[in-house]
Amino acid sequence: MAAAFLLGCCAVIGAEPARLPADQLAKAIRNDSITIPTPGELFAALEKPGKPNWSGQYRGPIPTTYHNRAQIALNLGGLIADGFIAVEAQDSQQVKNIGTDIIKLAKALGVSENVLSRGNSINEFAENDDWDALQEELEATQNEVKSSMQSHRDQDLIILVSVGGWIRGTQVVSAAVLQNYDERSAKVLRQPALVNFIHSKLNDISPDLHEEPLVKEVSDQLPGIEKLVAFPASKAPGLDDVRKVNDAIGKIMDEIQNKDVK
Amino acid sequence: MRLPPNPAAAGSSFNTKMTIHKRVQTEGAGRPSLIDSIGCLWARLGSIFVLSILAAVSASIATADAAETDQEVAARRAALDLAGAFSNDGFKMRDGHWSGTIKPHDHALIAVNLYAGNQYWFSVGATEPAKRIAVTVYDETGKQVVTESYNAGEKAAAGFSPTSSGQYYVSVSLVEGEESSLCFVYSYK
Repeated sequence: MAAAFLLGCCAVIGAEPARLPADQLAKAIRNDSITIPTPGELFAALEKPGKPNWSGQYRGPIPTTYHNRAQIALNLGGLIADGFIAVEAQDSQQVKNIGTDIIKLAKALGVSENVLSRGNSINEFAENDDWDALQEELEATQNEVKSSMQSHRDQDLIILVSVGGWIRGTQVVSAAVLQNYDERSAKVLRQPALVNFIHSKLNDISPDLHEEPLVKEVSDQLPGIEKLVAFPASKAPGLDDVRKVNDAIGKIMDEIQNKDVK
Repeated sequence: MRLPPNPAAAGSSFNTKMTIHKRVQTEGAGRPSLIDSIGCLWARLGSIFVLSILAAVSASIATADAAETDQEVAARRAALDLAGAFSNDGFKMRDGHWSGTIKPHDHALIAVNLYAGNQYWFSVGATEPAKRIAVTVYDETGKQVVTESYNAGEKAAAGFSPTSSGQYYVSVSLVEGEESSLCFVYSYK
């Protein structure tokens, strides 16, 4: 009788089951714009226990003269992550420098004028130290780039922008955790499902693009990264675990940034 | 407008005193991308002047994106209106969304990847003839997690603060009403 009463309650209020079966979870909607977190989300979590030394995470200027479109897309994502770092550091000059580089790479991909006008907005917000607006603008720039790629039938490059952003973001977070280890900060590195999703998206791109050496190299490294970030949910990764992630990600980042892809 | 009392799980760091405000934002900040188009603007910009300019812009965007129906635009507007209300509490709205349709007593399940330490609000807007929708969150094993919740007919939200990073699933169900368009967005801080 009690069971019948409970069943009735669930039916009346349309209650969701307390546990979803694995086959339903497997069919969940996954897409680039919702399932892949932005660097801003990652950095927000990182600084909860205490503000990291953001400016210590800067890297030197990267080339903006790549010819390979896949490499441009990957680096564009990385640069947008750099923009988020500069915003976190509240460094207006660095934001402007990165904004200029973002626009250069975006132009090389032939994106729309809408994206290019974002460069002016980024400068304007940086001049006014409007950090919240800057963060939104960077995120909007990334989406504008993706939208422009979509309309130019460059859909396969979209995931590369997200991948570049995630790799650079993870490099920065793992480096920051290594510099000042804190269990709470280290926990943000646990993202096996995300890496798995990124890998599956890379496998879906056109064979021609997937076989490009840089894309293939990034794709081939992801299963190893997935294992490295599959920490138990209940336990924070230790310093050695974080170092392994940082080393592996660093290698991919070097390839993306330096490799002269024809 | 205050969220209904809904005790969080023991040990939850989530702010149960969350107040929903209408967001007021400076003009020009965070212009939406084409991906977010018109719906974002209503939620993000408070100025009538800006709205009037953006209405013209949105008309061209709507034309360019013929696949988006009026129902979808309205659903997105509802979702962003609700999500925008969390902004005064420091939540940043993610510049991305998912739109779709939902049938009675059915649910849409959306995978998200979240970070321990952040707080999240998942906001959903639907359109008539939806009458009541609900948002529920599950962890990576499929177990339901305790959330703060907000329900107002065709708008609903769920908020929580994960203690472990990883994949979570947001389920949106149409509890009452007929097949409708809906839009999902989320905010974090």
